[in-house]
Amino acid sequence: MAEEEKKAPKKIVPKKYPMPEQKPEERVHNFNEVPVGQDAQTAILEAQRCLQCKRGPNRKLCMDGCPVEIDIPAFIKKTQEGNFEEAIKIIREKQNLPAVCGRVCPYENQCEGLCIVGKKNEPVGIGRLERFLADWERNEQKHGKIELPAPTGKKIAVVGGGPAGLTVAGDLARIGHKVTIFEALQYCGGVLIYGIPEFRLPKEIVRSEVDYIRRSGVEIHNDYVIGKLDTVDDLLKEYDVVFVGTGAGLPDWTNLPGENLNGILSANEYLTRVNLMKGYRFPEYDTPIRVGERVVTIGGGNVAMDCARTSLRLGCKESVILYRRSDAELPARREEVHHAKDEGVRFELLAAPLEFIGDDCGNVRQVKAIRMQLGEPDASGRRRPIKIPGSEFLIDAQTVLIAIGQSPNPLVPMTTPDLKTTKEGTIAVDSEGRTSKKGVFAGGDIASGAATVILAMGDGKRAAKAMHKYLTEDPSWPSPEVFEKLSCEM
Amino acid sequence: MYEIVKSEKLTPDVIKLEIRAPNIARKAKAGQFIMVTPTEHGERIPLTMADFSPENGTVTIAALEVGKTTKELGKMKAGDKVFSLVGPLGLPTHLNQYGNVVSIGGGIGLALMYPVVRAFKQSGNHTINIIGARNEKLLMYEKEINTVSDEFFVCTDDGSKGHHGFVSDILKKLIAENKKIDLVYAVGPIIMMKVIANITKPFNIPTVVSLNPIMVDGTGMCGSCRVIIGGETKFGCVDGPEFDGHKVDFDNLTARNKRYIPEEQISLKRFQEAK
Repeated sequence: MAEEEKKAPKKIVPKKYPMPEQKPEERVHNFNEVPVGQDAQTAILEAQRCLQCKRGPNRKLCMDGCPVEIDIPAFIKKTQEGNFEEAIKIIREKQNLPAVCGRVCPYENQCEGLCIVGKKNEPVGIGRLERFLADWERNEQKHGKIELPAPTGKKIAVVGGGPAGLTVAGDLARIGHKVTIFEALQYCGGVLIYGIPEFRLPKEIVRSEVDYIRRSGVEIHNDYVIGKLDTVDDLLKEYDVVFVGTGAGLPDWTNLPGENLNGILSANEYLTRVNLMKGYRFPEYDTPIRVGERVVTIGGGNVAMDCARTSLRLGCKESVILYRRSDAELPARREEVHHAKDEGVRFELLAAPLEFIGDDCGNVRQVKAIRMQLGEPDASGRRRPIKIPGSEFLIDAQTVLIAIGQSPNPLVPMTTPDLKTTKEGTIAVDSEGRTSKKGVFAGGDIASGAATVILAMGDGKRAAKAMHKYLTEDPSWPSPEVFEKLSCEM
Repeated sequence: MYEIVKSEKLTPDVIKLEIRAPNIARKAKAGQFIMVTPTEHGERIPLTMADFSPENGTVTIAALEVGKTTKELGKMKAGDKVFSLVGPLGLPTHLNQYGNVVSIGGGIGLALMYPVVRAFKQSGNHTINIIGARNEKLLMYEKEINTVSDEFFVCTDDGSKGHHGFVSDILKKLIAENKKIDLVYAVGPIIMMKVIANITKPFNIPTVVSLNPIMVDGTGMCGSCRVIIGGETKFGCVDGPEFDGHKVDFDNLTARNKRYIPEEQISLKRFQEAK
């Protein structure tokens, strides 16, 4: 002990080792990934910035910020030693989609936000390390045979093959349960496939992660819409438990005049055409997409940034974000905002749309907007935007993208009458993901409302644990009043 | 992948495909549709189900070969495989013992009309069916629809068969004769459905139309198929495809359905040149 105290304090490299990126002027002309990834040497150096501090009673450290509870210090230690194979194994114990989360997790608010190195310097680049290890594993083809325990004889149906569903499936398959995923689209991945653009998350990576889940023994039925083909009640006849992870796939609208003009698309439609259906490769792929000279995106979240940056890549001359609050309140991750700015996206902040104006053929031509100022904080804690009278202005636009949020997909709740929902339309769940219907669990955006990939995965992990407990030791279920209360409170 | 069991031409430019899809076949109901993606590079398009057989485990789709995707389907033969098939989607036709039901179909709409009028008949209605096309060669499902008709009328624009004129002429005639009509059901070109709705509106005859907006996912996720019904925005895929004909904004639907015509022409030209 005394010896350790005498040691000179470890000198910390103050900044993260840089992430090589495609230059903005190049990348706006292609759909290739923007950060190109770090090499092994850089990853080891970055890992060495970690102090391997211990978690104390009053110290919030990296692991506390991880919704899926990855043993971050342990995998970083193995990385410091250059033992990438062990490092990724540690991540995989908790994390089914490391290559995905290594790219799209909001680390700055999670693990990295709590990193002790970050108190005085830049925190350890935990997200970059996770990405490096997942990519290394994929490139080196190290994820060979997955060893599975003896089958338990329990059958589980997972509705929806997005981040929540894939996590549940992966976790439960690896303890020997027989899992089947029912996915409505032709590929699994949910928002990872139809929503997040190729330049932020290459689809090849999603496919590889889904393949890993499949090789863990999970059966996947694509093109299978629960609520239309079978209902949750039908599934319960054949499966011991059902997990519903159908996401927030219902676009919110502004409900302003002119919103149904041609050229006005929900972010979901725009991104689905481009990502799922590969519209950016039209006419090599058949799904058309058109942007015109100027694209105006309404909204300020990650989805809005994705829309604005996609539009530049599709060849518009100007891509504008219209957001009713100021830069400080933009809900998007900072990194996404920076990327958008670097690429030349124009930010019309403190401005809200009033009306969409079209031509004689029903195509949108202009957005009528109004300047805003910030007033007192509202219920969300953010300062309320207030219209400035007389400040109306017009922006020409051939395409308008509505990226102001999504609501829970109603198909499963509609076709499962005894599943309690909240007034927001989410499925009411307790802290373990249990719903008002015995044997049915739910998680991800269908239970929480639109959130992030990693939070959906966190829900999936909790639900998987609870489902395992329900199947193997304790089949008790909360009383209906619990959900009655939950559905009123939310 | 879904195997094509049978492929046939109904008219020179309408393809009928019977596809093996037991899961869809056992759940399908009249009035519903399916999303079809012919190849991995293809587009997801909604197509009406002309029939479905839980016994054979097949669904039958019919498509008018107008663009690249439908022409590609038109080239497919028995034994070929369709990349993706999702359904049954949309709400089924609302069936009831209405009384006298006048169903009117035109063009490709005749393919969907057949299972719907069959269901009306099975639900105990008196079925009066009016079918129409530009000429005799383009009529489809004539025999099938006739077998479930209590009264049956055929119209052609050029007079090559049946009444020389439009389906709307027959409807007007029935109304003029004070025929008791409890429901009108119309499926076909937008302009035809609009005309029918305009005829029945002054007489307050309940009128259901089956709409065909452009879709992408078909499950309520994207909003491409939004239609204005009584001033409100609805999604054709999950709230429809059938709506109250007196409330539909047909002009908006017409404009929205034209929005990708330039791109469709590029696709088609490329497809035809590649042959």
